[in-house]
Amino acid sequence: MIEISHVSKWYTPIFQALKDCTTSVAKGEVVVVCGPSGSGKSTLIKCVNALEPFQEGSISIDGIQINDRKTNLPKLRARVGMVFQHFELFPHLRIIDNLCLAQEKVLGRKHDEAVGKAMKLLERVGLKDHAQKFPAELSGGQQQRVAIARALAMDPIAMLFDEPTSALDPEMISEVLDVMVDLAREGMTMMVVTHEMGFARKVAHRVIFMDKGEIVEDAPKQDFFGKPRSDRAQKFLSKILSH
Amino acid sequence: MFANFDFDVIRRALPYLFLDGMTFTLTLTALSAVGGITLGTLIALMRLSGFRLLGRIAGLYVDFIRSLPLVLVIFWFYFLVPYIGQWLTGSPRPIKVGAFASSLITFIMFEAAYFSEIMRAGIQSISRGQPAAAQALGLTYSQTMRYVVLPQAFRNMLPVLLTQTIVLFQDTSLVYVVSIPDFLGAASIVGQRDGRLVEMYLFAALVYFVISCVASFGVRRLQTRIAIVR
Repeated sequence: MIEISHVSKWYTPIFQALKDCTTSVAKGEVVVVCGPSGSGKSTLIKCVNALEPFQEGSISIDGIQINDRKTNLPKLRARVGMVFQHFELFPHLRIIDNLCLAQEKVLGRKHDEAVGKAMKLLERVGLKDHAQKFPAELSGGQQQRVAIARALAMDPIAMLFDEPTSALDPEMISEVLDVMVDLAREGMTMMVVTHEMGFARKVAHRVIFMDKGEIVEDAPKQDFFGKPRSDRAQKFLSKILSH
Repeated sequence: MFANFDFDVIRRALPYLFLDGMTFTLTLTALSAVGGITLGTLIALMRLSGFRLLGRIAGLYVDFIRSLPLVLVIFWFYFLVPYIGQWLTGSPRPIKVGAFASSLITFIMFEAAYFSEIMRAGIQSISRGQPAAAQALGLTYSQTMRYVVLPQAFRNMLPVLLTQTIVLFQDTSLVYVVSIPDFLGAASIVGQRDGRLVEMYLFAALVYFVISCVASFGVRRLQTRIAIVR
């Protein structure tokens, strides 16, 4: 589904954010990307739907090259859902309009159809009663669930999560993870940048460990948590699992 | 001090001052603000577009306009527009533009430079995550601007835009240099005719003061209301 091959990215000529990253996410697979901050995991996931440009290598989604000049990027992005660390709901629009905007403007759905779809998804994430509110009236956890619903409203073929729980208060993390676990169990193709190792243990098929812009380890879940091959991954795991 | 002032002059001139003069001033202010904000937003988008040439042109325009005194621009425009129109349309004689159209074009072009700086600040105040989220949903660049970035930028900047419009309201009195009867022009005409310039100019100052003050107060209240909603 998502093929990343030999991707390198430089922010400046001397600072290389990604070094020759190669990996893939198969249809229905859940891949967790972890690593210390500044390791390039967020950059990598933003490259997948071309929110960040990269200089070398190639990425394809469902067989379509994102770095091909002929590719219609908005059209491709509409098929890949993305959830951000800071939710990024549109603060000037009501929750329901946050979910309808792209359905109507990008997919060309009729307003009633978009509203129907939106309400169904809001019900699914447990926020049907909040449809008429503005984002600022919701808690962080609620906003992030709305953001997930907004991405799902586009009927994506894959979902990207960029540290979806990092900006949340601890007691709100589980409500977001619950939604993500459900999604994973339904067979959604997911690429998730997160430090939530509990989530990784529960639903991930593979875990990718990144450090200093490189993919250091790319292993099935059992192998990763059992006996990571690299020193750096071992150190990282011991640090975040010891508490 | 006011012993030999004749305030009845003002009373008699009220219909002319307000029905003709103030109507002209307010219409010019409103249309210039709408036109200026529209053109200013386009200029701001050009400057932020990432196309270097477009940005350079917009930047030059803003710098050029901002380094000219408004009076001069009004003056030159009033005399030049007929000839520019002649050159553009290829007509044998300078085209008649009219006082209102000429001053409207001048103010839109002049104020656009100032409004564009306000809108640019407004657009830059939106966090980068917002356009990223819009694009991640498949919105094109122009849809992102239209539905996500500009509405927020506009709302954030509304108090500043309105304050600039109050300044614009005062600036419209400068059309007086080309003898257009706006509110100040009308007051001046009456004052000269009746030999009561001091009364008329005092009255005009009072009217500008009251309107601007009330408008500023309104903007401040709006500001606090917007601040709560966010």
